[in-house]
Amino acid sequence: MSVSTAPVPFDELLLTRETPVQRRRVRAAWLFLTPMLVCLALVAAWPLLRTFWFSLTDASLADTGGATFIGVSNYLLFSGSGWSGILVDPQWWNAVRNTLYFTVVSVGLEVVLGLLVALLLSIKFTGRSLVRALILIPWAIPTIVSAKIWSWMLNDQFGIINHLMISLGLIDAPLAWTADADLSMWAVIIVDVWKTVPFVTLLMLAALQMLPSDCYEAARVDGIHPLKVFWRVTLPLLMPALLVAAIFRILDSLRVFDVIYVLTSNSSSTMSMSVYARQHLVEFQDVGYGSAASTLLFLVVAVIAMLYLYLGRRQLEVRA
Amino acid sequence: MSPRLLKKALLRLGFWCLIAVLLLYAVFPFYYAIVTSLKPSSALFEVSYWIEHPDFSNYAAILQQASFLRAIGNSLVVALCVVTLALFLSLTAAYALGRVKFRGRGTVLMMVLGVSMFPQVAVLSGLFEVIRALGLYNTSWALILSYTIFTLPFTVWVLTTFMGQLPHELEEAAIMDGASPWVTLTRVLLPLLWPALVTTGLLAFIAAWNEFLFALTFTLTDSQRTVPVAIALISGGSPHELPWGLLMAASVLVTVPLVILVLIFQRRIVSGLTAGALKG
Repeated sequence: MSVSTAPVPFDELLLTRETPVQRRRVRAAWLFLTPMLVCLALVAAWPLLRTFWFSLTDASLADTGGATFIGVSNYLLFSGSGWSGILVDPQWWNAVRNTLYFTVVSVGLEVVLGLLVALLLSIKFTGRSLVRALILIPWAIPTIVSAKIWSWMLNDQFGIINHLMISLGLIDAPLAWTADADLSMWAVIIVDVWKTVPFVTLLMLAALQMLPSDCYEAARVDGIHPLKVFWRVTLPLLMPALLVAAIFRILDSLRVFDVIYVLTSNSSSTMSMSVYARQHLVEFQDVGYGSAASTLLFLVVAVIAMLYLYLGRRQLEVRA
Repeated sequence: MSPRLLKKALLRLGFWCLIAVLLLYAVFPFYYAIVTSLKPSSALFEVSYWIEHPDFSNYAAILQQASFLRAIGNSLVVALCVVTLALFLSLTAAYALGRVKFRGRGTVLMMVLGVSMFPQVAVLSGLFEVIRALGLYNTSWALILSYTIFTLPFTVWVLTTFMGQLPHELEEAAIMDGASPWVTLTRVLLPLLWPALVTTGLLAFIAAWNEFLFALTFTLTDSQRTVPVAIALISGGSPHELPWGLLMAASVLVTVPLVILVLIFQRRIVSGLTAGALKG
């Protein structure tokens, strides 16, 4: 889950000068913040620091305490015969490639489809609120459950998708969606797009409602073609919201785990960076190596998140 | 019919076709899960689009599995505790962040935002160690504690937004009367925050109910598993022979409550999602 950088409204009038009451309020504020800060330190900050540390050790899952420092050997090591470590592991680079491919394709599809659905649902018609509620269903279904439902629908022998495609004459023989190395990434993308289009649609609908109506009236009076209005007016005005939605989805897609784990298990043709890291951490019990992979993933996400925060802040400054 | 009317009618037809396609796309997979779950295993391998002879044997079978019922119980306990914990911690934090001006406020908000962007796997090994050190491995407490990493940032952010929107006269009156911040929060502001609490609580509940990675890693035995893990681990005689009817019945059972919640609270969920721009 994550949140946007929408400015939090703030009460400027309330006690701006340093008074005893004010001082007491500030003390109370820190007291009120403490439980949350302690909790986040315990579950986020400290574990993250430990993960960084583990990535520089040979820790194993059975005994994380008895780890010894081995420098950057988990990342890269030259030992007489050749290089070893994650940075020269073809499996890791395969996971990086898969994750990037998944992110680019699925986020691209989600943003385009989300925008189209939002445009469709911004038209007033009877039953619109029911339709808006019904399209939320994919979002509410647990990822594990949607992955299972889709793997049944995409089943090679008895799946309804193959059945439908054969009866429509699109294919001659059933496709092994989740097993075929060329198709399995597409199966993952299909499920992810299905699940997350509602979220993008909601953000786009909210943004569409805030567009100024006078531009549209002017365009209508001048008899400008609706498509031209879309490209010249709607899309540029929607860009900020579109970027926010895309960045949320990118951050989310880079850490993708559930859908791949359930749909295609540990198959190397769909393995993402998260699946790779967890496999080393838990299945191979190699906490040091797995933590190094987690750290690399964290760095990638952190760079993108910082870029987003930087852009968000710049945007706020422009607006202010 | 004049060409203009014809064009209008065609446009209208096209529009409703698009809506129909959209609805089919959004709803069909869940509908198909229901269709499958109502078939006896003998009829499973003939594709059918309608419910012909509803057969409840899959539901009877899954409801007789003690481990599945246990998983539902665990999921409920975990999700409700997470919601309570997250709402309590974020309510006090949101009061500080939304109503009091102090140095470091921006830094705390940025930190909270940063945590919300963490990839979960980045804290997996460190959190594993913390949980084992606290003796919580393979208990529901491990999940309740770890789920705050993705529920807290969101609940703090949304409640801070709502808190900041409340009129300040109320609070000034309370301060004049000598009320402590705690009394101000619980007696004056809390009654006004119920709608926001319901929205954020609901979203936190859904997130906790659906979580998979931590649940898979921090629990080990059947008796401690939550629903997503239980469903992911349902297996048949061989990896290629999953009991699909049973799986779909389990899927429908754990999803129907969520779907009903979403349909009832649609407006609130949408306002919460767009206020905090959360993703699920």
